[in-house]
Amino acid sequence: MSKTFTFALMDAPFENARSTTALRLIDLAIKRGYNVNVFAYEGAVYLPFAKQAQHANAVHGRSVEEENHPLPRAWIAAIMNEAAGKGIKVDWVNCGLCVDERGAGEAIDGVRRGGPADFWKFAESSDNTLVIGTK
Amino acid sequence: MKVLNIVEAAYRGTLEEQDDTVIWICTAMKGAKADIDVLLRGNAVNYAVKAQDAGGLSFGGREQTQPPKIADDVVRLKAQGVKIYVVEDALRERGIEPSELIDGLALISRSKLAKLFGDYDQVWHW
Repeated sequence: MSKTFTFALMDAPFENARSTTALRLIDLAIKRGYNVNVFAYEGAVYLPFAKQAQHANAVHGRSVEEENHPLPRAWIAAIMNEAAGKGIKVDWVNCGLCVDERGAGEAIDGVRRGGPADFWKFAESSDNTLVIGTK
Repeated sequence: MKVLNIVEAAYRGTLEEQDDTVIWICTAMKGAKADIDVLLRGNAVNYAVKAQDAGGLSFGGREQTQPPKIADDVVRLKAQGVKIYVVEDALRERGIEPSELIDGLALISRSKLAKLFGDYDQVWHW
């Protein structure tokens, strides 16, 4: 029986390296066959926000296409697709109240709304839990 | 499963949230029957100081009517059966006297934290 890891994320995207580090760990867990739960708390609910958009970068002298700006929502979708292809479960819960206060309701497919009780259930049913809090 | 939640990043967004988000999620999880305790360390030891007053914030005449009352929130969490540890070295470094704190806290020295962590199945450092 495969193991399950739970991650609690708290940082908003585009703010620091913790968000990409978290996604690296999640991606690695999936590559190694682990099921993954994610509880996105506070600013982290914006990680899978569907309206993230690429932009051109005049400083770099590149168009939108050339810049190909990375978007966390696209990374998360890719992680979910990779997991689905391997038959691995990724259960991503956005904290509902955090979503409401930020107007971040439009998340990519595969993200569901929940609350602290979901996080506790995740942790209880997982082999381990890693909290990556805001500093 | 028993979990120790460490709160260290203090006063992060507390005016906007009108609480501390980690104290809040601990309170919510305790309501969901979670078996948890809390350790205040670093700047977060100030959360236990009784005489905090964040009132009076106003922008353009729009006043905040429900400013955070974090010491009260810690008291509420403790009343739910959550043990609140406070690192006494961090208090001393900040010149905070134990008499300034809310009642019923468990003061603990840094040298005993490793043993404390061993009493829990998991430690979550928020």
